[in-house]
Amino acid sequence: MAQIILDRLAQQFTEGEIVETGSQHGDEWARVAPAHWLKVSKFLYEDAVTSMNMLIDVTCVDRLSRVPRFDVVMHLYSTEKKHRVRLLAGVPEENPEIASVVSLWPVANWFEREVFDLYGVRFIGHPDLRRILMYPEFQGHPLRKDYAKERRQPLLRRKPGSDEVDTGHPK
Amino acid sequence: MPFSVYTSRLADAVNWARKYSLFQYPFVTACCGMEFMATWAPKYDIARFGAEFPRFSPRQADLLIVVGTIVEKMGPVLRRIYDQMCEPKWVVAFGVCASTGGFYQNYSAMPGADQVIPVDVYIPGCPPRPEQFLDGLMRLQKIIQRGEGHSQRLLKTERGYPAPAIAIKPVGGNDNPDE
Repeated sequence: MAQIILDRLAQQFTEGEIVETGSQHGDEWARVAPAHWLKVSKFLYEDAVTSMNMLIDVTCVDRLSRVPRFDVVMHLYSTEKKHRVRLLAGVPEENPEIASVVSLWPVANWFEREVFDLYGVRFIGHPDLRRILMYPEFQGHPLRKDYAKERRQPLLRRKPGSDEVDTGHPK
Repeated sequence: MPFSVYTSRLADAVNWARKYSLFQYPFVTACCGMEFMATWAPKYDIARFGAEFPRFSPRQADLLIVVGTIVEKMGPVLRRIYDQMCEPKWVVAFGVCASTGGFYQNYSAMPGADQVIPVDVYIPGCPPRPEQFLDGLMRLQKIIQRGEGHSQRLLKTERGYPAPAIAIKPVGGNDNPDE
């Protein structure tokens, strides 16, 4: 459907910026070297052929045992050309950092805050990187595969059999 | 005799009046609200039970109906709303999420509203049908008549009257550090 995007990327980036490309169920994807995340995004945004003017989603996948552990995933769409592409970049566990694309698509602001909140990936250059869904007292990143599913961090609890409350935190 | 005479204990008469004039505060957070609204509507007509008048300020309500999932982040908010209500007050957990957390067993969902506030009547169901809510409401009316609501018991035994306020320090979910 949008092979032209992958062709443009192959044409423009010849020094290992694009690690791998593919197509699945009619949707093209490209795995980007994380160091060139912003550069490739900027090209797709500005290039007249691709013209990816709409950011649909930024999310993350925790593959736990794989190296690098995380995949940051970005879905792009062009409202002019009516085509879409998916970008992926591996992010290592020990230093989960990648460039922010807020400067290109302002909508990335909250998407990247969500990924930071739930997966702990830090976006370099983000104007306001703090938790968006969980409360500030929350510790850890709950959508990581090694976050124990039984773990609770209540803000407030009643003392059993009493009307008083316990604000002890975290448990 | 030209007129009839009724005799009653004052507490029974007061509780009778209370159970037929419940001013409810609907704390609606999720899909259960649809069935809850159906209970209000003419077909099921909660007005038949004297509980038709929702107050959207907890200070004017005496029945808190927790409708839907409560998440941990919401805990201090729910507690504050409960504390703002005048006594005696009653709480109904509407639906399985408000009662136990339901099928949400994860980092964010609170396993039941009774983790932060006392609950008088639990109504199971996902969501409960309006008939179940009306059944729960009638059970609550029986509890009120017998003076067995949690707040009625507290007023009677532990606290004396008027009840002292409980100071709750708000934590979390607040961007203003001064507050």
